[in-house]
Amino acid sequence: MMMAGLYGILWQEAVVFKRKFWATTLGNMVSPILYLVAFGWGLGGSVQMNGMSYMAYIIPGIIGMNTMMISFSNTGSSINISRLFYKTFESYMISPINMTVYALGKIIAGALYGVYSAVLIVILVSVFTTDLVITPYFVLIALLNCLVFSAMGFFVGLLVNSHSDMSKFTSFVITPMSFLCGTFFPVDKMPEVLGWIIYVLPLTHTNIALRSSGESAGQMALHAGVLVVYFIVLFILGARHCKNVE
Amino acid sequence: MLNIIDLTKKYKNVTAVDKLNLTIQDGEFFGLLGPNGAGKTTTVRMISTITPKTSGDIVINGKSIDRNLTEIKAKIGVVPQQNNLENEMSAWENLEVHGMLYRIGKDKRRKKIDELLEFTELTDRKDDLAKNYSGGMKRKLMIARALLHEPEILLLDEPTVGLDAAARRKMWDLLKRLKSKGLTVLLTTHYIEEAEVLCDRVGLINKGKLIQLDTPANLIEEVGKVTVEYFDDGSTHEEFFRTRDEANTYAGSLEGEVRIRPSNLEDVFLKFTNRRVE
Repeated sequence: MMMAGLYGILWQEAVVFKRKFWATTLGNMVSPILYLVAFGWGLGGSVQMNGMSYMAYIIPGIIGMNTMMISFSNTGSSINISRLFYKTFESYMISPINMTVYALGKIIAGALYGVYSAVLIVILVSVFTTDLVITPYFVLIALLNCLVFSAMGFFVGLLVNSHSDMSKFTSFVITPMSFLCGTFFPVDKMPEVLGWIIYVLPLTHTNIALRSSGESAGQMALHAGVLVVYFIVLFILGARHCKNVE
Repeated sequence: MLNIIDLTKKYKNVTAVDKLNLTIQDGEFFGLLGPNGAGKTTTVRMISTITPKTSGDIVINGKSIDRNLTEIKAKIGVVPQQNNLENEMSAWENLEVHGMLYRIGKDKRRKKIDELLEFTELTDRKDDLAKNYSGGMKRKLMIARALLHEPEILLLDEPTVGLDAAARRKMWDLLKRLKSKGLTVLLTTHYIEEAEVLCDRVGLINKGKLIQLDTPANLIEEVGKVTVEYFDDGSTHEEFFRTRDEANTYAGSLEGEVRIRPSNLEDVFLKFTNRRVE
């Protein structure tokens, strides 16, 4: 019974995705291309990072950053607009579907948008370099990153009561994370105190894990574990709030 | 049967619905009539479980909403005041998703969708995106969606608000067809004619309180079937009479422009609240 509701939500998202396929695909490709051209080709030609070409260094970071942004914004905007503008959120509230299942469906759908953007980047970077190595661990971390930020988008989309507040959250939380959490340079280059704060943030673990150069199994498990904990906490917060939102 | 018992909704210092008591019988087409801000939509939102009630109870066929939420949700069909269709999906797709959320088996769901598209005269446009529908068509689709899971009670919150006169008439025809099927309906409206044309009984609501409750004919009878309308001191006044003769006698004693007409629910509302509905 639960699966029928979950399937309904995912089927709906698939229909809308199919309808907006080209707009979604092209939209998802713009910023990775810009970052790859500006930082990979432009700046990267004269810079080495951790003994590798800057292009090879930056690609996992761009995947981490972009999957974060796409997963967060797709779920966050979708929930926020459906609550405050289109009122479609109410049609789920009045249906017998369990709101935890609704939360799960929306978070999975948002994460799949992130996964799709990651696939697009992998295809794109194959034009630029052959340095990117995709392992099962890489796929796991990318997937967890999508789920974490989709769950964050779901919770924030329920919490804030205007679309401009969604933009403010992006400006104050998501954008700083994209620049400070090891996307463009290693976190250990930061001042020590700031470095510790940054090390707590989920994108930092994603970026370190996606590069996963010379880390022990324990360290690799730690990154995955941090992302799992973030996902569980954000999912619980979102699902609980989902039942109380009016 | 729908029982509303001492239903109350308070927002900080404002009481939107104040100890509302109401019983709607099976197969009854019941109208909640009142001006904007009277508490109609808040009442519907509480019954449809969107807005939490402050106190009181809502009981459907003997089951309280507090203890049987999921079961009751499946028994209610809701057409909210604001369009909440998925605009990027076709009419058929909107219905298909709704059917999945209400766990209707595929064969039954598809059959019911075809029936309801036919009933709401949308079959020819079933593949069009909802965003390309006119206001009237969107309303029809919302009604089809609310009926898909065969609810025991249908809640219609201002179903014709924002529609032009022609679309409103068409909607009334649709609602009359629905009425003939014997479905229990709670309709909120601030259109007098809508309540008179469609409803078996009407509850007049003002400032969150139910002030009168009866059939439209009885309410009008109680006030007086004939209204004398006259203009004096810069405003329109009404007096109500039981017979045409009494009204004619009174009108003869007045100077200036005088109009004698049948009373309506607006007059009933005016008599009891000193306030107009529309």
